[in-house]
Amino acid sequence: MKQLFTFVKKEFYHVFRDWKTLLMLFGLPVIQIVVFGFALTNEIKKANIVVVDNAKDLASQQIIDKMEGSKFFSLQKTLMSSSQIDAAFKEGTIKLAVVFPVNFNTDLLHLNKASIQVIADASDPNTAITLTSYVSSIVGDYQAQLVPTSAIPFTIQPEVRMLYNPDLKGAPNFVPGVMAMVLLLVCVMMTSVSIVREKELGTMEILLVSPVKPLMVIIAKAIPYLFLSLINLCAILILSVYALDLPIKGSLLLLFGESALLIITALSLGLLVSTVTSSQQSAMFTSMLGLMLPTMLLSGYMFPIENMPIVLQLISNIVPARWYYIIVKAVMLKGLGFSAIWKETLILAGMAVFFLALALRNFKIRLE
Amino acid sequence: MNAITLSNITKTYNRKTVLAVDDVSFEVGKGEIFGLIGPDGAGKSTLFRLLTTLLIADKGTATVAGHDVVKDFKEIRGLVGYMPGRFSLYQDLTVEENLNFFATVFNTTIKENYELIKDIYVQLEPFKNRRAGKLSGGMKQKLALCCALVHKPEVLFLDEPTTGVDVVSRKEFWEMLHRLKLLGITILVSTSYMDEATRCDRIGLILGGRLLSINTPEDTIKAYPEKLYAAKSDGIYALLKDLRSFEGILSCYAFGEFLHVSLKCAEQEALSYIQSKGHTHVEFKQITPTVEDCFIRLLNQKNEGNGHKDE
Repeated sequence: MKQLFTFVKKEFYHVFRDWKTLLMLFGLPVIQIVVFGFALTNEIKKANIVVVDNAKDLASQQIIDKMEGSKFFSLQKTLMSSSQIDAAFKEGTIKLAVVFPVNFNTDLLHLNKASIQVIADASDPNTAITLTSYVSSIVGDYQAQLVPTSAIPFTIQPEVRMLYNPDLKGAPNFVPGVMAMVLLLVCVMMTSVSIVREKELGTMEILLVSPVKPLMVIIAKAIPYLFLSLINLCAILILSVYALDLPIKGSLLLLFGESALLIITALSLGLLVSTVTSSQQSAMFTSMLGLMLPTMLLSGYMFPIENMPIVLQLISNIVPARWYYIIVKAVMLKGLGFSAIWKETLILAGMAVFFLALALRNFKIRLE
Repeated sequence: MNAITLSNITKTYNRKTVLAVDDVSFEVGKGEIFGLIGPDGAGKSTLFRLLTTLLIADKGTATVAGHDVVKDFKEIRGLVGYMPGRFSLYQDLTVEENLNFFATVFNTTIKENYELIKDIYVQLEPFKNRRAGKLSGGMKQKLALCCALVHKPEVLFLDEPTTGVDVVSRKEFWEMLHRLKLLGITILVSTSYMDEATRCDRIGLILGGRLLSINTPEDTIKAYPEKLYAAKSDGIYALLKDLRSFEGILSCYAFGEFLHVSLKCAEQEALSYIQSKGHTHVEFKQITPTVEDCFIRLLNQKNEGNGHKDE
């Protein structure tokens, strides 16, 4: 026991005396959360749109007022010809143009029918669809106001509710993703590098010629990173709650427990990497390449897994982040309990056991 | 009982393409200081790794403290102290932390075996809060020795412990080893400094993976068959060239500021030859060979042997 304690203490010294490791350990998650939270977001805020009001009547004015009130748009009212609008799109200065025809109100009142031209820059289809749907809903709103409910005999009003994320914010999607990525990357990389470093520096040679058991080396290496990763997790959660306004709906304890499970899986994977690589660089490279891409692309947080070709869907099953992503979304966003995620938990636990057993089996008790 | 025995140990690397140790057998008695003397790449480190259970030999058997190096590797790992050729402590840990760590790893404490390491540790004590990476070469080796000794091993394996260490520290280091010997600790030490060979009880000259001779340093020197002379003149390079073209010469090579020469002919004949070549300030005297001379002789013999084989 004392042996283990001293060993763990030594590992902590290594971490705290190497500012590069520390920076990576604590800098990476904070930077990722901040970057994803504030810079790289697919939410639409203050999109530049142009309104060409050729009608200048009551109806067009009222619709424009509604648009101006929306936080999604930054409105610019000009009189542009269609070629000028074309040019503005080509320059990329505007995302959307709304054109009211002459006699908009008159047509509306007398012919019971009027049209508005909505032109969107669909080179980014997501943005285009979102923006046009905003405009349609504003127009729809106005129309509903205009006509007394009794006037139209049959109306079907879809009551849309965006569950768990009513404002369609990006944070609920990427925070679980970033959590998975940071915990996996940091843990796998740190542990693999730390064992390989002992090989590279030759200290493994002395450790091998000592009564220390492989299991102890492995556990002692893992404990500090488990501990530091949990602190990391706290940092991510505090940031997401206070800086990104993303409340944790479910049990915090459950979230930590599940995260600890992912960390253990990642640590085991790191140990496995360390047993098959012989230099710090190749360990780093293997964990980066082998984890970064699958975690980002196949965990379901950037692209929905259901839409992938069947081969990728199958591969995604062995990506630990995929299961963790489901778990975090369930606990953090939906507030579900353990009964909803026991299957995913079991899969993660199985992976941890598998990796750890493989790492132990591969741990070389000799030099070659 | 012998502390270390090797019989017919052979070890190759890279799928048997590189022969590192070739059919080596020797024994080291309990409480003996046995020196493996040889140049870089002779196979010394491989032998150490075989004996410290880090490698498995292709052929042959070996025991350390009565345990088989393959079967009973776990027992051996608790009984021996190993100081690898490369400095292998934690550079980012302080002197004291390193020592404490290795003491704990071997289930002991610094206090328990303080007597053993006291002599070296007092020299390290002023630097005990310094990181190991920031120590001087000699201090590093002393710390490494401390760490290898802290659990009072039965057998101590020191792979080139004095490489990169200054002359004074080297002397201290060897004095240390002799004190350890008095405590009954068996020491297998390797070095590429020939002058250190005389401080061992017995030495094995190793070259190209083969053990060429095993003897006490005195007997190794006594076994030198020819008379050896040291020669010197104002033009040492010209002298070397002239002597090498002389019929009556067995061997001639530079050794410090002198040439070491062994002869087929009489001493007088050689002297008159040198003088006939017009060398000034000639010194020519018989000397006692050093271990290095013995080594060079074996080396030449081996090369000639190979040369014949090639023909």
